[in-house]
Amino acid sequence: MSEDLYQEIILDHYKNPRGKNVSIDALAESYQVNPTCGDEITVEIGQNTDGTLLVSYDGQGCSISQASASVMSELINGKTPDEAAPIQEAFMELMKSKGQLEPDEEILEDAIAFAGVSKYPARIKCALISWMALSDAQIKAELTSTTTTRNG
Amino acid sequence: MFDVKKLRADFPILSRTVRGVPLVYLDSGATSQKPFQVLDAERYFYENSNAAVHRGAHALAEEATDAYEGARQTIASFVGANVDEIVFTKNATEGINLVAYAFSNATDKARQGIDVDQRFVLNPGDSIVVTEMEHHANLVPWQELCAKTGAQLKWFGLTDDGRLNLEPGVIDSSTKFVSVVHQSNLLGTINPVREIMDMAHAVGALGMVDLCQSVPHMPVNVHDLGADFAAWSGHKMLGPTGIGILWGKSDLLNVMPPFLSGGSMIEMVHMDQSTYAPAPQRFEAGVPMVAQAIGLARACDYLTNLGMQNVFEHEQELTAYTLEELAKIPGVRVIGPTDMHARGSAVSFVVDGIHPHDVGHLMDAKGVAVRVGHHCCWPTCRRFDIPATTRITTYIYNDKSDIDQAIAGIKSAQEVFGSPIAVGA
Repeated sequence: MSEDLYQEIILDHYKNPRGKNVSIDALAESYQVNPTCGDEITVEIGQNTDGTLLVSYDGQGCSISQASASVMSELINGKTPDEAAPIQEAFMELMKSKGQLEPDEEILEDAIAFAGVSKYPARIKCALISWMALSDAQIKAELTSTTTTRNG
Repeated sequence: MFDVKKLRADFPILSRTVRGVPLVYLDSGATSQKPFQVLDAERYFYENSNAAVHRGAHALAEEATDAYEGARQTIASFVGANVDEIVFTKNATEGINLVAYAFSNATDKARQGIDVDQRFVLNPGDSIVVTEMEHHANLVPWQELCAKTGAQLKWFGLTDDGRLNLEPGVIDSSTKFVSVVHQSNLLGTINPVREIMDMAHAVGALGMVDLCQSVPHMPVNVHDLGADFAAWSGHKMLGPTGIGILWGKSDLLNVMPPFLSGGSMIEMVHMDQSTYAPAPQRFEAGVPMVAQAIGLARACDYLTNLGMQNVFEHEQELTAYTLEELAKIPGVRVIGPTDMHARGSAVSFVVDGIHPHDVGHLMDAKGVAVRVGHHCCWPTCRRFDIPATTRITTYIYNDKSDIDQAIAGIKSAQEVFGSPIAVGA
């Protein structure tokens, strides 16, 4: 049943978004829009003095897109690019899995709640939009991982 | 009045299940379902008379040509048009582009000193007028045309209840063309197109009406619209995809530069130049969509048998019921007219705290197919300060039980999200 899509974790992140619209010293930003539905997201990226990533986002859209952005910011904030890369890869893999993949909670934490989304082709883009913006912003800010090649 | 339960048997798809529950199809504004009579008409053509039309001397070519031109006659009669005023296009979008390109091509030619009809020539300072409730198909082609010619795009704004604000001064002496939607696909508003076309003609401009959401749902006589052009699609009125209609006054069609050029649309061809056939052939280059034309004509017959006034009254009753039931749910707001005055069957709404995509997704879980998004009316959504809506659209095969299912679906979405919801900033 479709209600499975709306797990508590997703509804919680939707109603109480983490890391949204936080003021950071941004090195780059990426604006992404889904023209079929009008979902919009802007991800800003910066770097702490210890080399870890600073992520902020703003946007509007459905619960899946907004909750995914909230989870993404929680997972990526404070990680080095090399630490972030496997998380980003794992999330991409999960979205491509058509519901056939058991997500690794060690890596993905709250993001495992999006496993059900991969069964609905029309909603995968909703879940991915903030992660795409993150990857794009990282490239612009030259804050990508040096050890892994990602396809994000 | 017709018997909905009985006619539903003509639509094979309506008996299927989705997500394990019976399908409730409330997305006919996007595309209608097809009765077997339309499917059979196409199949019969392919099995019995298939040939390229307007060429060949063999029996099949003659039969195919007769069927194709007969379809044009049926479709013309359906909207009170003359047969040579009906141009087959791929869809309504192409019909609108065909007219936009007539202006663009005439303007290009005029700038090279070629003699063209001045009504289609645009100069900087000229204006084109649309409205803030246009489908992108009746907005973007005019933006493009303005960008190419230096003309300016103007528009009528909307009132808070989703009506046109027909303020004076939008159409003025600079106006060369006015294009408006008859019934909004997002708001459901039925616009006073005759009045607007009269305003256009009073300043010497030409006018066009987008009939995509009106021809399928109410009696329309194209000559009564007061317009010079009109366009609509076949697939929203029980017909196949891949066919639309451009209606135009013959004296205009025959002086417009061609849109797509090539075979079938010519009169004489030499190595250095050609002359063109009169309309409608002038605008039907290449082997056309014969089976689709036949299918669409069969769809017109189907609707004629029901009676378009009956179709209109049936949907008016369903729309009134939809508005009544939506009004009973706390946190649901209709975008567009909330009364039945000059209102068609597209009903858009937003639910407090739940994005339209989520509403649509949870309605789908109950088997209810509705449209979500900006409905190709992004500026209209922006006007109402909303990102998107959920939209219910009905047709001949829907009844009140379908609306009840939709209402139950909306309530289930509110339950999942825990209503009322205060969403964080």
